Amino acid sequence: MSNSNFWSRYKRNKSAVFGLCIIALVVIMAAIADFLYPFDPFRLVGKALSNPGVNGFLLGSDSLGRDVAAGIVHGAKTSLLIGLVATVAAVFVGVLFGAFSGYYGGRLDDLLMRVTEIFQTIPSFIFAIILVAIMKPSILSIVIAIAVVSWPGVARLVRGEFLALKNREFVQACHTFGMSDLRIMLREILPNCLSPIIVIGSLMVATAILIESGLAFLGLGDPNIMSWGFQVGAGRTMLRSAWWVCTFPGVAILITVLAINLVGEGLNDALNPRLRERS
Amino acid sequence: MTRSSKIIKFAGKRLLQGIPIILSIMVINFFLLNMVEGDAVDVLAGEAGSATPEYMSELRAKFGLDQPLLVQLVVYLKNVATLDLGYSFRHEMPVNHLIIDRLWPTALLMVSTIILAVGFGILLGLLAAVRLNTWKDAVITVFALITYATPLFWVGLMMIVVFSLFLGWFPTSGMENIAMFYEGWERIADISVHLVLPTITLSLFYLALYTRMMRASMLEQYGQDYVITARAKGLTERRITFVHVLRNALLPVVTTAGVQVGALIGGSVIVESVFAWPGLGMLAFESLFARDLNLLLGIFMLSSVLVVAVNLIVDIIYCFLDPRIEVS
Repeated sequence: MSNSNFWSRYKRNKSAVFGLCIIALVVIMAAIADFLYPFDPFRLVGKALSNPGVNGFLLGSDSLGRDVAAGIVHGAKTSLLIGLVATVAAVFVGVLFGAFSGYYGGRLDDLLMRVTEIFQTIPSFIFAIILVAIMKPSILSIVIAIAVVSWPGVARLVRGEFLALKNREFVQACHTFGMSDLRIMLREILPNCLSPIIVIGSLMVATAILIESGLAFLGLGDPNIMSWGFQVGAGRTMLRSAWWVCTFPGVAILITVLAINLVGEGLNDALNPRLRERS
Repeated sequence: MTRSSKIIKFAGKRLLQGIPIILSIMVINFFLLNMVEGDAVDVLAGEAGSATPEYMSELRAKFGLDQPLLVQLVVYLKNVATLDLGYSFRHEMPVNHLIIDRLWPTALLMVSTIILAVGFGILLGLLAAVRLNTWKDAVITVFALITYATPLFWVGLMMIVVFSLFLGWFPTSGMENIAMFYEGWERIADISVHLVLPTITLSLFYLALYTRMMRASMLEQYGQDYVITARAKGLTERRITFVHVLRNALLPVVTTAGVQVGALIGGSVIVESVFAWPGLGMLAFESLFARDLNLLLGIFMLSSVLVVAVNLIVDIIYCFLDPRIEVS
C-alpha cells in the first residue's frame, strides 16, 4: 500500500481529519508547556479561587491559587505520555501472547488463551487500582497497571490474525526455504497483520488516558506530576463555589479522547477498506 | 437427547470451566496480598503503637504467617472457599461482613443502570438504524461518540453542578436522607430520588455502547437475505423491522451486556465515590485511602467471581434465546 493511497483514503473521513488536527494541537500544547507556563504547575501563583479570566488566570485558579490553565497544559504531557507508553507495553505483551498462541496452536495455545481469559475476566479498573495501590503510585506503576489490564484484547486479535495467516502459501514457502519459526513470525506474518494492530492500538491510547485520569481522580496519580484527573479530583470539594476547577480539565480529557477515537476510526476505514461497513 | 437436557449439560460444563478461572483469580489475589509491604502483624503492631519482636513473631505463628508460602496459599484458598475473606483491621470486622453490608446499594445501582443502559440503548440504536442518515441518526451517533470519550467522574461532577447545585432537582450525595427517618413508600421514594443521578452517570457510557452496537447489529440484519424475502412477500417495513430484524439484532447486544459487568463494577467505584453512594465501590474507595488492602482485595475477589457468574448466566440465557446455537 503506498503512502499517498493511504492518505487519500484517510482524508475522505472528515471527522478523522478533524481528530488529527485536535491531537496535533494537544501535542503542540504539551511540547511547548514549559514555554507557555514556565513554572511548576503545582506552584501557587495568585489569588485562590479566581474566576476564569480574572486576576490573569485564563481558566481560573483552584482553592490553593494554582493556575488551572497551567495544570491543563502541563497535564497534557502526562496524559499523552502515559497513554502512549502504556499502549506500547500492552501491544508488545499482547503481540507476544497472540503470536505464539496462534502460530504454534495446540497445548501452548490452550495455556496462553486460558491466561488471557483470566485477565479478561478480572474487572479491569479495580485490578488497576489494586496494582497501583500495591506498587505505590508513580508513573511507572500506573503504566504497568494500565498495560496489565489492556493487553488481552490485543492478544486475541493477533492470535486470530496469526491463525488465519499461518497456513497461507507465502508462509509455507518460507518453511520450504528453511526459515526459522521466529523469523517467519517476526518478518513475514507480523507485518501482514500490522493494520488491525495499529487500529486497536490507537483506540487503546484513548482508553489508557481514561484509565489514567480515573486513577488520578481517585488519588492514585504520581504525586509529583500534574495530571488532568488529579486536577478534577482536587477541585471536587470546591464544586459548589468553583465549578471551573473541575470543569476545564474534564473538557481537556473529553476532547483529547474524542479526537483519538476519531483518528482510530479513520485509521480503521483507511487501513481496512473492506471492513468499513462493519462499524 | 432433548434440548433442555442438552442445555443443562452445557450449563454444567460451563460451570466446570469457570472453576479454574476462579481458582486462578484466587491465586493471583493471594500473591497480590503478599506483594503488599508489611503483613497483618505489622499493621496490628502499628495500630497498637509498640510491640516487642517476640510478641510479633508469636502473633505471626498464630496467624500462620511463619509458614512456607505454599502452605499459606492452601490455607488462603480454603478460607476463601468457605467465604472467609480475611479480617479488616481498620474496621475491626471480618471482610465478608463489611462486604455484605454494602452489597445491596451496589446491586440496586447496577440493576437500575443495566435496565436504563440496555433499554435506552436498544431504543436509540433502533431509532438510528430505522432513520439511517437522517438528523436523528446523526444526533444519536454524535451523542454516542461524545459519551464514549467522557470520563465517568467528570460526568458525575457535572451532573451535580447542573442538576443539584444549579437546578436543585436532585440531592448531591448519599443514598437516603437518614435524618428524616422515612419508612415504607416514603423511604423508597427518597432512595429513588437519590438514585437518579448516579444511575444516569454510570449508564451513559454503556448507553452509548449499546446504542452503537444495536445500530450496527440492526444494519447488519437489514442486509440479510431473509429481509429481502420478507419484502418480496409484501410485508410492511414496520413489520419487517419489529418482528424480523429486531429479534435477530438483539442477540449480540444481550451477549455484550453480560461481558460489560466487569467494567460496570470498575465504574461503580468512581460513581459511588463521586456521589458518596454507600456501596461496594465506595467501600473500595475508602479502603484505598485507609490502606486497608485486605478489604480492597476482598472486594476485588468478590467482583471477579461475580463476573464469572454473570457470564455463565448470560451464556445460558443466550442458548434459550437463540435456538440455532449448537449446545455441544
